Amino acid sequence: MQKDIKRLSFLLLFAPFALWITLLIILPHLGMLHISLREKVAPRVYEFGFGNYLNFFNEPIYWNTLLRTGSMSLLVTLLALILGFPIAYYIAKIAGRRARGALFLMCLIPLWVSDLIRAFGWILLMRETGVISNTLQWAGVINAPIEFLYNDATVIMGLVYTTILFMIVPLVSTLDGMDDAMIEAGYNLGGNGPTVLRRIIIPYAMPGIVSGCIVVFMLTAGSYLTPILLGGKNSSWFTEQIYDQFITRYNWEAGAAFGFVLLAFTSLVIWGGLKLTGQTLNTTVARS
Amino acid sequence: MAIKPSIIFLTGYRIYVVAFFVFLAAPLVGAGMFAFNDSMFPSLPWRGFTMDWFFNDTEPKLGMFHDRRLMRGLYYSFVIASCVSMLSVFVGTCNAFLFVRYKFPAKDFLYIVMVVPLVIPGVILGISILLVASTIANGAAATLSLELDFLRPGIVLVVLGQFSFITTITSLVVIARLKKFDVSLEEAAFNLGASRVRVLRTITLPFLFPAMAAAGIVAFLVSFENFNTTLFLVGSEAPLTITMYDRMVKVGSTPVLNAVSFFLMVGSALLALVSVLVQRSKPLT
Repeated sequence: MQKDIKRLSFLLLFAPFALWITLLIILPHLGMLHISLREKVAPRVYEFGFGNYLNFFNEPIYWNTLLRTGSMSLLVTLLALILGFPIAYYIAKIAGRRARGALFLMCLIPLWVSDLIRAFGWILLMRETGVISNTLQWAGVINAPIEFLYNDATVIMGLVYTTILFMIVPLVSTLDGMDDAMIEAGYNLGGNGPTVLRRIIIPYAMPGIVSGCIVVFMLTAGSYLTPILLGGKNSSWFTEQIYDQFITRYNWEAGAAFGFVLLAFTSLVIWGGLKLTGQTLNTTVARS
Repeated sequence: MAIKPSIIFLTGYRIYVVAFFVFLAAPLVGAGMFAFNDSMFPSLPWRGFTMDWFFNDTEPKLGMFHDRRLMRGLYYSFVIASCVSMLSVFVGTCNAFLFVRYKFPAKDFLYIVMVVPLVIPGVILGISILLVASTIANGAAATLSLELDFLRPGIVLVVLGQFSFITTITSLVVIARLKKFDVSLEEAAFNLGASRVRVLRTITLPFLFPAMAAAGIVAFLVSFENFNTTLFLVGSEAPLTITMYDRMVKVGSTPVLNAVSFFLMVGSALLALVSVLVQRSKPLT
């Protein structure tokens, strides 16, 4: 009797999970795979084949865009780590007890503001008639308005801005769990600042670092708004290509193939990063 | 700390931290500030303070609360976010019990599967769901001459698309809380003769409530601000982010968009504050 109840409750709890994963994750991806593997030979006639993928590799503009998206995303991830680590360390280890909570909250507030609004804010600051250009002119630094938008540096800055919080939050929570005595011991054994950082703090924070990097890389490579709004026509981000195939050209087969290429590419990079650092999804993103 | 870093180093460090927070605040201030500028364009020079972009009821300076399309977007966003929030907290709580309380084959693997939706780019989630839903709807229309309207782009698909990855977030939040639960509390209640349902209702759920509420608020906010997944699934009932984007790209920006931005920032900040307070509060047990 008791066992039956346990079994029944297990099934009842398992059902929502199974439905969610099967219907909304697995089935759509299988469907997308299926569509990406069919070629249009005539109106409403399809054949199985790898043509859509071959198309991708034969057209330099497509894989160049992917490589560009990938390398810029790696750069954004690296910048977010380098810029975010000192902030996380400050919040977790240096700030006083009361300041800590306040700083952490301040870090979180932009997290709850839409990507769109953040990009909109940057546009208003950085465009030709924007606040920065105006202020510089008023201060006499420049004589004519300057357009700060629509270049790679601005896109990278905007992407670092939108994703850095996802780096800081896991870093703070790992560094928070680190015993100060470990750092003291490092100094007592004769280590200087950089040695302690390299030999003690960074290895300890590794799960947080990897977790932050995965999320930041994934968000950047999959981002759509920031590159388009800050980069304009020449941003050539890969998600833009996908959108273009789907919505503008109505070529679902190619769009699905492109989607899979992006998915495979980001998965590969994340898998490589996990292998390189000896972590797993369980020790990083899924840590709770 | 054992070794005090030098004053110069610490000062430099502090300056960097301050500069970082200025950087964080800059676009938010930029987006919010021009909501109060009495001008037709969201740019300098400053022409004086006004609340027109919120409350004025005539063109050309139509305030956001009188702008039909923006208000409709806000309404749809609210409806979508409420549905996503309730659904994802429900499934997230089920997942928490499943993964914390039960042992079953391939549990570690399935746990990773549960986290995966968070690592899939939102654009991909959107198009894959759009593809399958449209394929099924087309198939049903062609073979059974059945019109499955809910599988066409629209509110239902937007809710499903956002739900598909937000559930991972809510699950993680509730799991973290359930892991801290002391099972002996439940055992004591059982020993005192309470039924399963009663134990769940009076002991376990009240303990979980702060986490469920916080997860619900997080889900609501993430849904409200989502763009990437929504973009592909949206029908004629466009939520606010899509409406704003359309207006920005097609019409060009007027300060009414700043007013909406300001409104959303204040709203999210308040909700985020509530979620922090709820999580901090002691459970009723």
